[in-house]
Amino acid sequence: MTAVVAPEVGARQYETVIGIETHCELGTATKMFCACPTVFGAEPNTQVCPVCLGEPGSLPVANGRAVEFAARIGLALHCRIAERSQFHRKNYFYPDMPKNYQISQYDEPLCVGGWLDVDVEGEVRRVGITRVHLEEDTGKSLHVGATGRIHGADYSLVDYNRAGIPLVEIVSEPDLRSAEEARAYAEELRAVLLALGVSDAKLEEGSMRFDVNVSIRPVGHAEFGTKVELKNLNSLRSLYRAVAYEADRQRRVLADGGRLVQETRHWDEGAGRTEPMRSKEFATDYRYFPEPDLIPIEATAPWVDGLRADLPELPAERRARLAEATGLPAKEVGWLVRDPEVLAYFQAVATGRDPKVVASWVMGELQRDLREFDHTMASNPVEPERLGGLLDLLSAGTVSATAAKDVLAEMFTSEASPATIVERKGLAQISDTGELEAVVERVVAANPDLAEKFRGGKRGVLGALVGQVMRETRGRANPKLVSDLLERAIGG
Amino acid sequence: MDLTDLTAHELAERFADGRATAVQATEAALERIAATDELLHAFLTVTGDQALKSAREVDQARERGEPLGPLAGVPLALKDVLVTKGVRTTAGSRILDEFVPPYDATVVRRLRDRGVVILGKTNMDEFAMGSSTENSGFGPTRNPWDTTRVPGGSSGGSAAAVAAGQAPLGIGTDTGGSIRQPAALCGIVGVKPTYGLVSRYGLIAFASSLDQVGPFARDVRDAADLLEAIAGHDPMDSTSIPDAPADLTSRLSDGVDGLRVGVVRELFLEGTEPGVLARVREGLDRLERLGARLEECSLPSFEYALSAYYLIAPAECSSNLARYDGVRWGLRAKDSADVVDMMQRTRQAGFGAEVKRRVMLGTYALSAGYYDAYYGQAQKVRTLVRRELDAAYERFDLLAGPTAPTVAFPIGEKADDPLAMYLNDVFTIPVNLAGNAAVSVPAGLSDGLPVGLQLIAPALGEATMLRAAWAFEQDLGLSTRPTRPQEVRP
Repeated sequence: MTAVVAPEVGARQYETVIGIETHCELGTATKMFCACPTVFGAEPNTQVCPVCLGEPGSLPVANGRAVEFAARIGLALHCRIAERSQFHRKNYFYPDMPKNYQISQYDEPLCVGGWLDVDVEGEVRRVGITRVHLEEDTGKSLHVGATGRIHGADYSLVDYNRAGIPLVEIVSEPDLRSAEEARAYAEELRAVLLALGVSDAKLEEGSMRFDVNVSIRPVGHAEFGTKVELKNLNSLRSLYRAVAYEADRQRRVLADGGRLVQETRHWDEGAGRTEPMRSKEFATDYRYFPEPDLIPIEATAPWVDGLRADLPELPAERRARLAEATGLPAKEVGWLVRDPEVLAYFQAVATGRDPKVVASWVMGELQRDLREFDHTMASNPVEPERLGGLLDLLSAGTVSATAAKDVLAEMFTSEASPATIVERKGLAQISDTGELEAVVERVVAANPDLAEKFRGGKRGVLGALVGQVMRETRGRANPKLVSDLLERAIGG
Repeated sequence: MDLTDLTAHELAERFADGRATAVQATEAALERIAATDELLHAFLTVTGDQALKSAREVDQARERGEPLGPLAGVPLALKDVLVTKGVRTTAGSRILDEFVPPYDATVVRRLRDRGVVILGKTNMDEFAMGSSTENSGFGPTRNPWDTTRVPGGSSGGSAAAVAAGQAPLGIGTDTGGSIRQPAALCGIVGVKPTYGLVSRYGLIAFASSLDQVGPFARDVRDAADLLEAIAGHDPMDSTSIPDAPADLTSRLSDGVDGLRVGVVRELFLEGTEPGVLARVREGLDRLERLGARLEECSLPSFEYALSAYYLIAPAECSSNLARYDGVRWGLRAKDSADVVDMMQRTRQAGFGAEVKRRVMLGTYALSAGYYDAYYGQAQKVRTLVRRELDAAYERFDLLAGPTAPTVAFPIGEKADDPLAMYLNDVFTIPVNLAGNAAVSVPAGLSDGLPVGLQLIAPALGEATMLRAAWAFEQDLGLSTRPTRPQEVRP
């Protein structure tokens, strides 16, 4: 991986202005305008019908569930739900778009004018939400031969499984000022979508992706600079890197006395830079007009009120409540709340236990083991009761922290209870003074120099001796008891 | 008795009392097609085997004593713009020459479910754009009354088939008059139903906000039965009306006594042929004698309807036809440099002149900077037309006027003059803009060629409208009604 973010040039003179358009596939069972399933990764062209293929004569019918999901997103982002919204046709030719127009919402979107609070390094930034609207996804082209891009390909294949999957586009105001803020916004938005249960928001599968507008302007200026659109960023990492790179590139151009051009650029993750996209000279004219095949969406007040009443707890509220209830620091709370599965797990384990201990295990050792054993939270074989049981053994002094880590690892391959594993592997903590005294004496005898230093006042060496005892007992010794015994044995 | 001379309800009587079978009626229709279609060219595809198979099924069902609807076993000519599963559907365009759809249109399914025997797919102006069926990618259809003349369009194939006795029933589509005008020019009954009464699912779209499927028949009763068969809510069509009345026929013979009919001054334009005007005036007098209360009315916005239509319809068509690009079905240009070149060359080769003209017009009308001046303005006119009509329906149950300004014109006469051709729809277009219902019913002959009387009704006013048309037709009588020509000759 090459280094990407060049040293910032002129960062003090220029302010970066960023607006993000987020596309997110909705987690409905069926497509936006037909009853085809939306399962990811199915055999190409197996989830298609006359409607999503744009067969002559076919007509779209809006998916009520998708409309509901989009309205929920709007409400969670404090938007107004339009009483009447309308689909439009966005006309342009592209081989993976079955009808050569995309059904989208244009000047009458479902949700308008909201905001999202984003925590950036402990400071809350309020980001305006211009609109949330519904549209259909396109198919996917696969270009065979040459570079894998459409130009120069020998031939192209198209998979229309994705065509017609419901998408929301969430458009932010140009309120973001740095790559950090852009990433924090994207993270928070993703957390909101996950909390709402309207999307799996999987960046790696493309079900959530970003188009970012980046411009710079002299600090203090109200006018916007020339904007560059970065298309199709599909990870938080590339979002961050692309924005940081692009803002810096623009500053360099101006510093060199150059002029910025309004253009669309592509982020090359490997090379770590943005590049102009190949495009025709003329600007695209989408020739929007009201979609005559679909009646307008009428959102009645009772429907909207019902959706609002039904909103789940959102990440911000949840964080506040969790911080209050657990006393955990904001950073840890933020981490726990980011993923609903992690949070649910944490809450199940933390009930009746010390939240700080539980948080440190869920965030630390458990995550390490999940990676080690190639699991995710969704496939985590360690049920909350088992981790809870283990932590109970720890707090009761039945196992040491070191041994507890072994037990947890064991639980990934065994369905046994923590107590059984402790028993089977002989990991119970030794708190029997008699049993430990012999070991302590052996260790002191083997390290006369350390014992001497201790007596001379270097109490720090005790740790090394405790460590040796722990090693000899394979981590089972009660560390507190060991240090007591050592002090007594050396100090005499 | 030649079975091809009978109406659907006359056939149904014979099926019921055993004097004829569906197979016999279908064979007679197929024979008539074989004898006349080389000249008329009403059909693009004849599905004889399938037709006989479905006729046999109806006959067997009847033998088993199953209850059958009034149209079971009746042959029908289907405009080639409604998709038929496994049967080539072209919309009259070379770009869909060998297109075989994977599904049936809702109307087709409803027809099949009712035992209607589909004889084949009929000729039409390409993508339903035209008023003469000369714009078909497969050559024109001829008017059975005079085969040097056009049958009207765009549903000219179905209209000619019904007029020529190839089928007692036909299905057309009406975007700006494409059922009523050919019905008038071919001397048969044609109904443009209320927008949303008949499902558009499976109707290859020309202008989605205007298109509507409707029946052709030799008399009003058949047209009413056929309309009732195809009407009804379809969850696959978002614009389909959910709670439209299902009964359009039970009060057909209730007469016109006391019915208030507005005679629309703007439908009696200068330039309308005197023979047409004379037949229509006589028709209106007839309605008055039957008890209708006639009064002249003015709908000034009608003057702008044609212009508005020729912006809205092309705008929608430019978008609807974008999918014909050679990527997935139909024609694909060979040896293209890249995908854009392939799309351009496919469309260049596959579309006819009129389609290209309208796609260009529509693309222009929708383009940035012109939208407000053209498409937006046209939509305002449309609203105006709708409001004026709504106001008129406060005073009148029905509105009346001629269907078309001329009788059938010679093939080629207007082919090179698009504007002259567009004028043929001037009396029918306002109804499409407003989404109202209308019928064209034969009103006699002018110089030996049929003239149509148009009756217009508010949305979902079909029952009243058909009642008036039926009373008119009954009173005019079979003797003076332009029956189909017994022999088709050049």
